[in-house]
Amino acid sequence: MPAAVTQITVILLLALLACTATTIVRMRDLWAAVMLTGIFSFLGACWMLILDAPDVAFTEAAVGAGIATVLMLGTLALTSREAKPPEHFPILPIAVVVMPGAALVFGTFDMPYFGDPFAPAHSHVMPEYMSDTVPDVRQIESHPGEPQDAHSDEHSDSQRNDSQDRGAHHGVGVPNIITAVLASYRGYDTLGETVVIFTAGIGVLLLLRGRRERRDVEEDGE
Amino acid sequence: MKQHSILRVVAKLLIPFILLFALYVQFHGDYGPGGGFQAGVIFAAGIVLYGLVFGLQAARNVAPPIVMERLIALGVLIYAGTGVAAMFCGGNFLDYSALEYSFLQGSLLERHLPHGQHLGILLVELGVGITVAAVMILIFFSFAGRERSR
Repeated sequence: MPAAVTQITVILLLALLACTATTIVRMRDLWAAVMLTGIFSFLGACWMLILDAPDVAFTEAAVGAGIATVLMLGTLALTSREAKPPEHFPILPIAVVVMPGAALVFGTFDMPYFGDPFAPAHSHVMPEYMSDTVPDVRQIESHPGEPQDAHSDEHSDSQRNDSQDRGAHHGVGVPNIITAVLASYRGYDTLGETVVIFTAGIGVLLLLRGRRERRDVEEDGE
Repeated sequence: MKQHSILRVVAKLLIPFILLFALYVQFHGDYGPGGGFQAGVIFAAGIVLYGLVFGLQAARNVAPPIVMERLIALGVLIYAGTGVAAMFCGGNFLDYSALEYSFLQGSLLERHLPHGQHLGILLVELGVGITVAAVMILIFFSFAGRERSR
């Protein structure tokens, strides 16, 4: 996609995100607001796809637009569909939202530009991870003009040796560097995240199920 | 929503592909975009769609809550168990390279299994995927199954 088209698409998507957010804030009908949050998440997923982050886009589309919307609808079925009009102009909430928002915008001025090769995220440990993780890309880059077929047998042999040696070095040898970082280099963090999800699931189950079973027990007692 | 035949037909067409895509994202996560979390969430979204269109009881029959409860723990066990297995093979906790040198080398399975790091990543992502999918499905069940309090 040409750069200009990408830029226009990004601007359009961000404008649509802003419109959706403003509409959600101004809306009193909660059912429509929940639907709009689903649209908001979907637009966010499209935007992340343009930023070359398909993993995040998957998550945003499935969780934000799919499951979270359904959970909100399930909650709405238990409560009212209309929000109560506010009794007075919400000065304190607006201040609470605007001040951290302004601080965040101020903070972005110090951030490196998108795709900056000298950004700390790309210059600290990332080169080492990249060179250890993607040996095939390195090979191709070092011999750009070489025809692949001529040395195909030798090539596959050396690759097989590579994959057997790889345990001796600390390289991972998995083409998707995000998976390699998440599951191997940062394996402890991901274990912690899995335990967090586990705990969250147990917590929701305890909160939402405990009451119903107690009621059943009471009804049995009567 | 059982009376809307268009929704039912479209959902029936879509759900197999959603589940298949989830499995693709799960087991192809080391080559393409994705991984355990994304796969679990997409799988859960497929089950949630099934529950929305065909009723909560149908979804409960497909994914019994009692099985899901055990799967939550099983996923974390697979993840931590991979780490402990690496320790038994002589490496550090979650050091997948150790898996390669103890029981893989020289065995009949060597040609059919990926090398140590790759195998460890596959197992770990499988654990993440199982836990995430089970938690999401159970949260949906417990939200949708609540009655209005009197």
